[in-house]
Amino acid sequence: MSEKKVKRREFIFTATYAVGAVGVGATIWPLIDQMNPDASVKALASTEVDISNVERGQSITVLWRGKPVFIRRRTEEEIAKAKEVDLKELKHPERDEDRAKNPEWLVMLGVCTHLGCVPLGDTGEYGGWFCPCHGSHYDTSGRIRKGPAPTNMEVPKYEFVNNNIIKIG
Amino acid sequence: MSDHEYTPNSKFGKWFNDRLPLLTLGKHLTDYPTPKNLNYWWTFGGILTFCLITQIVTGLILAMHYVAHADLAFGSVEHIMRNVNYGWLIRYVHANGASMFFLAVYIHIFRSLYYGSYKSPREIIWILGMIIYILMMAAAFMGYVLPWGQMSFWGATVITNLFSAIPLVGESIVTWLWGGYSVDNPTLTRFFSLHYLIPFLILGLVVLHIWALHVPGNNNPIGIDLKKPSKDTVPFHPYIVIKDLFALLIFLIVFAFFVFYSPNILGHADNYIEANPMVTPAHIVPEWYLLPFYAILRSVPDKLLGVIAMFGALFILVILPWLDTAKTRSAIFRPLYKQFYWFLVADVLILGYVGAMPAEGIYLLVARVATAYYFAHFLIILPILSRKEKVLDVPLSITEPVLGGSVSPSVVRQRKDKL
Repeated sequence: MSEKKVKRREFIFTATYAVGAVGVGATIWPLIDQMNPDASVKALASTEVDISNVERGQSITVLWRGKPVFIRRRTEEEIAKAKEVDLKELKHPERDEDRAKNPEWLVMLGVCTHLGCVPLGDTGEYGGWFCPCHGSHYDTSGRIRKGPAPTNMEVPKYEFVNNNIIKIG
Repeated sequence: MSDHEYTPNSKFGKWFNDRLPLLTLGKHLTDYPTPKNLNYWWTFGGILTFCLITQIVTGLILAMHYVAHADLAFGSVEHIMRNVNYGWLIRYVHANGASMFFLAVYIHIFRSLYYGSYKSPREIIWILGMIIYILMMAAAFMGYVLPWGQMSFWGATVITNLFSAIPLVGESIVTWLWGGYSVDNPTLTRFFSLHYLIPFLILGLVVLHIWALHVPGNNNPIGIDLKKPSKDTVPFHPYIVIKDLFALLIFLIVFAFFVFYSPNILGHADNYIEANPMVTPAHIVPEWYLLPFYAILRSVPDKLLGVIAMFGALFILVILPWLDTAKTRSAIFRPLYKQFYWFLVADVLILGYVGAMPAEGIYLLVARVATAYYFAHFLIILPILSRKEKVLDVPLSITEPVLGGSVSPSVVRQRKDKL
């Protein structure tokens, strides 16, 4: 067989496999993507919370995307405590100013960054939160201070719609 | 599979194969000697395997999003159609996939009828196939109930009521099937459970079906026994694999046409109305693939006898190898059988057509004649044909008609002397 003919056949094989691979891929993708969040879940991607009844030193917990969000109206004392911490002491250094745009209000996902439990409020060695599952201590800014959790509790995207309403997401 | 003394090349392959002879099985499947004259009607076995896998995969996915509850089922199907990513595609593939599955199985069955594939030594393959077919109908029926539309509900009511025709215990059986005094939530949840189970039963039976096939090997268009392997056979891979894949590709074009261009044409608009136990749709018909049996049911004016006729029409297929006892397999060499074969095809199509029409006037008359002919074909025509029919000369090998029987010249000479 001539050199030319072999090349032609090889080209046909490669082209066939390539088209076949694209076809199989295009068929498989819907079967995988169907497990991603569907339109009805995405429609619940943001939630608005009325905070007008929350007094200083009080927390409320609201549900956003199936997870608890802690909204705490912090006391002056708590804010001061959160601000005076030396960043070098922190496992996951973040300034309190960066975590709470309005220092009076701390908004964060109430999910321990270790393995996803919900920490308890007003407790722990640093006066913030304590996760009962595996003993992680968070401070009054929700930063990890002691225990197995690797990072601070996450601050979600949120904004103040007005003085009384926070929109999360 | 003992005809293979296969030793893998690699050391690991040998170690593994000594403990679990999976590679021997693989080798058996690729080497499997196949008649070299198999035509495209023989590609539907592979197509059916594809259909079954498609139904199982899409079905598993739909079950992730579907809710089997009388109050939620209808809404959850709409949720799949509107919210779930590609849910519309997966549901349409599953719904039309059922029709494609039946289309392929009917071609597969009629191929078997034409070429006498059900005859000795392949009776077990045929019976397993018929059990698969009956399970397919059960699965399709229960699957159709799950969307909980009007057709779902009233189809379920009518089909389960068939069992009320049984004397004495009929009513109790129907109550037992329903789990109540009408089709309701308990019926839906048990149908969902069984609809999930049956495909895996079918999968197991398909393995047996193929296993039984690999004992005598494939029948072939001229319906003769072959020496295997020989000049009359080719290895399954790559010859049949490529042919099957090409046929599958063509089949997928038809499949894709329905899914993308007319996904609802084989369904009924009434099934987009939520089930309502107070109102029956004006004209209820089953899915197209059940219509011939539906026509047989309606053509008998007695409730019990109608049900018996319908199930009898299926059962008669199971015992077919003992009704048609002619030694010649292929219709190619049976001139009369070939004609009656096409009469039967026409008869079943007519039954399907009248099954979709209202059961009155001319339709009812046609249905009755067609039903009578259906039974006559199997119970009268075939037994007589197998005794009386003058068959044509059957070649001794596949190559003979082409090469003048060069595989065995002495045999050809003997045959010529006889003529």
